[in-house]
Amino acid sequence: MQEAIPLNWRKYPERYRLEGTHCEECGQDFYPKKNICPNCRRKGKLEDKQMPREGKIISYSKVKASHKDFKDETPYYVALIELKNGVTIFSQVVDSLDNEVEIGAEVEKVFRKLNDKKYGVIAYSHKFRVKK
Amino acid sequence: MRDVVIIGTGQTKFGEKWEKSLKALMAEAGVKAVKNSKIKGEEIDALYTGCMASGRLVGQEHIGALVADQVGLNPIPSTRVEAACASGGTALRTAYLSIKSGEHDLVVAGGGEKMGDVPTERVNYALGGAGDQETEIFNGATFAALYALMARKHMEKYGTTEKQLAEVSVKNHENGAKNPYAQYQREISVESVMNSPEIASPLKLFDCSPITDGAASVVLTTKEKAEEKGKDYIEIKASAQASDTLNLANRKSITEIKATQQASRKAYEQSGIKPEQVDFAEVHDCFTIAEILAMEDLGFYEKGEAAKAVEQGKTKLEGELPINPSGGLKAKGHPVGATGIAQAIEAYKQLTGKAKERQIENPKTALTHNIGGTGATAVVHMFQKPSKEE
Ligand SMILES: [Zn+2]
Repeated sequence: MQEAIPLNWRKYPERYRLEGTHCEECGQDFYPKKNICPNCRRKGKLEDKQMPREGKIISYSKVKASHKDFKDETPYYVALIELKNGVTIFSQVVDSLDNEVEIGAEVEKVFRKLNDKKYGVIAYSHKFRVKK
Repeated sequence: MRDVVIIGTGQTKFGEKWEKSLKALMAEAGVKAVKNSKIKGEEIDALYTGCMASGRLVGQEHIGALVADQVGLNPIPSTRVEAACASGGTALRTAYLSIKSGEHDLVVAGGGEKMGDVPTERVNYALGGAGDQETEIFNGATFAALYALMARKHMEKYGTTEKQLAEVSVKNHENGAKNPYAQYQREISVESVMNSPEIASPLKLFDCSPITDGAASVVLTTKEKAEEKGKDYIEIKASAQASDTLNLANRKSITEIKATQQASRKAYEQSGIKPEQVDFAEVHDCFTIAEILAMEDLGFYEKGEAAKAVEQGKTKLEGELPINPSGGLKAKGHPVGATGIAQAIEAYKQLTGKAKERQIENPKTALTHNIGGTGATAVVHMFQKPSKEE
């Protein structure tokens, strides 16, 4: 099922640059972007901020049965990655050997094609690879 | 405030129902529940129906009106309730609240899903809607993968093993073998689970609940009305719900489901019943790890102890705390929107002594636990057999 191009386009800052938000009031970073700081509510002051490019794997899985948009890429690794600022994100892990993908492994962000079927344009996103 | 009770139940057999449409399944369960309750259609004040993904699965929305139309109950209010895999539980809770509040006296809470009409990868895509589309599903998450992330971390932190996860599945199939409505009425071995194909490591095919067609319904009314009718009933002692972040990455811990902890804590407060007084529970085992998490987060076992309890047989039908006597989502089947209602049906059957081959010995108190997504919604209900001295 193809979806509208803007649906992909408006997410570029979040997906390409890992742009999240930072609250000036309490100092916490958020990804994905928040509209209201959950700590400070109305008093919070949110501004856009790029998340760090490095982190470590908290947990991972090798996906062998996927949904239709990822049929051709399967199998692939997904992981929860804790970035240097303490924010955790979900991402794929690529360019890494089976024995390198493990809990605690240091990873760095790369920019990769994600999908060319769904959005009418090629969709790119962040992925991570284990640091050599 | 008034006491709310369940006076009757109905369900379709769960499984591959090629010959039946979504509305036919829902109508079948609803009509059975009404007959079983010995009420007349005219007595029904409202309908609430849990359904998660009919839009993506069969191209039909507006399920509330569809159901009322199909069973000839126009013009009563009829509402669809959606909370992903917790749609059934939230439909039950909405129905409960409508009576508790005094607005209605007798309502039907149902749920159903028709999942077998599209190929498996389309089902995976539809179920993905329960997670965060923008950060998870877009980047290649499947539901099995998200639960696999929780499983892997639980294994690292508490030493839970793949074999212990397999034991959950084996136990649920043992129970399912005794449930004539279950999708899989056969036992399986630990080896067959361990040797089933990997879906998202460390989870294998037999760690996952299946794709299922089916529907379930229960009839709710006040205790007074049930007494008048002289029909077997069970009391709803608590109905509680909690929410959490839609995406897994934003949770502080992935080895627990906070919404389960919060909803169950509220339920224990409402009912005045402690976890150790619960005689059996139907929990949301969409994946084997989910049953382990539920056993811990509901307060039945300490963190890290649930997997051992399963391995020691403590949660079998004849164990100290039977979990998923119906066969659970794994063996009974998981027609998503029906699941929360089917759990209440098992509570009704066990507490009224109608569970036949899988009857637990004289249970008084039951708990049901229904999860949406990876734990962004949790609904907990508690039920009791009416005590004789009242
Ligand atoms: Zn703040």
